[in-house]
Amino acid sequence: MSRLARALTVLLLLCAGVARADIAVEPTPLPPTQEARAQRVMHSLRCLVCQNESIADSNADLARDLRQVVRERIAAGDSNDQVRAYMVQRYGDWVLLDPPFKPSTALLWLSPLIVFLAGGGALLLYRRGRRAGVPEGAPLDADERRLLAEALAESDNGPAPPAGAPDPGR
Amino acid sequence: MAATARRLGALIPLGIFLALALALAVGMRLDLTTIPSALIGKPVPDFALPPLLEGGQGLSAADLRGGGGPVLVNVFASWCIPCREEQPMLMDLARRGDVTLYAINYKDRPQAARQFLAELGNPFTRIGADRAGRVAIDWGVYGVPETYVVDGKGKIVLKHVGPLTPQAIADEILPALRGAGR
Repeated sequence: MSRLARALTVLLLLCAGVARADIAVEPTPLPPTQEARAQRVMHSLRCLVCQNESIADSNADLARDLRQVVRERIAAGDSNDQVRAYMVQRYGDWVLLDPPFKPSTALLWLSPLIVFLAGGGALLLYRRGRRAGVPEGAPLDADERRLLAEALAESDNGPAPPAGAPDPGR
Repeated sequence: MAATARRLGALIPLGIFLALALALAVGMRLDLTTIPSALIGKPVPDFALPPLLEGGQGLSAADLRGGGGPVLVNVFASWCIPCREEQPMLMDLARRGDVTLYAINYKDRPQAARQFLAELGNPFTRIGADRAGRVAIDWGVYGVPETYVVDGKGKIVLKHVGPLTPQAIADEILPALRGAGR
């Protein structure tokens, strides 16, 4: 048994070695200031494979390649915007997690404002409707008095009497 | 008056429901996973790839800008399962005799790629080996298979993401080749 345990331990340790080797595939980072810039750019670029992650967060093969490209462009002296432009040239605005304001993206950017205005408008209409409605404390008209009496009778004496029956005296 | 307004107000949830149902119905029909290509209508990027096959021809931008008529460029890899599915369709296209097919072999072991072609057939007259996947990035590739139609002057006129289907070939690929003056 203990031999089995030892064999398992060795096996697990070997696996750990393999895992380490896999992590080491990530290319060596740049000098600290450049690496910080590269990281910022990576966090602003959308992974094309997983689509809802930045390439900095994604484990996809393509994301790793793109991280390498970002590092190379930065090392070659590109500004952050130049690196982003490089990606947009290949993959379109789609790669930007923060898309620019354009006619084609206007609806995307303005939709919160539209929803806000629509909600505010609805609230205003609702409040005005209430104020214009029947004032509180106004006397009931004949119709309303009859309805109220029926409802009260029903709750006191079980089912309401059939229409036209004499009022069970109160 | 107030009662009419209240009765109309009761229709608001119905209106919201209908608007939402419409938006969702449209949304379900849209394919949001297909990323619009930034390179449609643009010239192919500068690149030069060595041949995959010994004695075969590689692929470079010059081959596409040479004015030899429109071509189809397929990006494939032996490790890509959908590529296996579409290979017979590419073979059919090659058999027609009037379509030129080139390929970029994406991040593949040459041995595995050759095996793939030996097994399923080779419809390509030029295959460039992109072992690092960098040229594919310049083409805006984000997954294999992808298929491009390039006109005689090296302008990209169509990009199809994912495996080809008989329908895609009939509705997209062949019209694009025809439109590009085959």
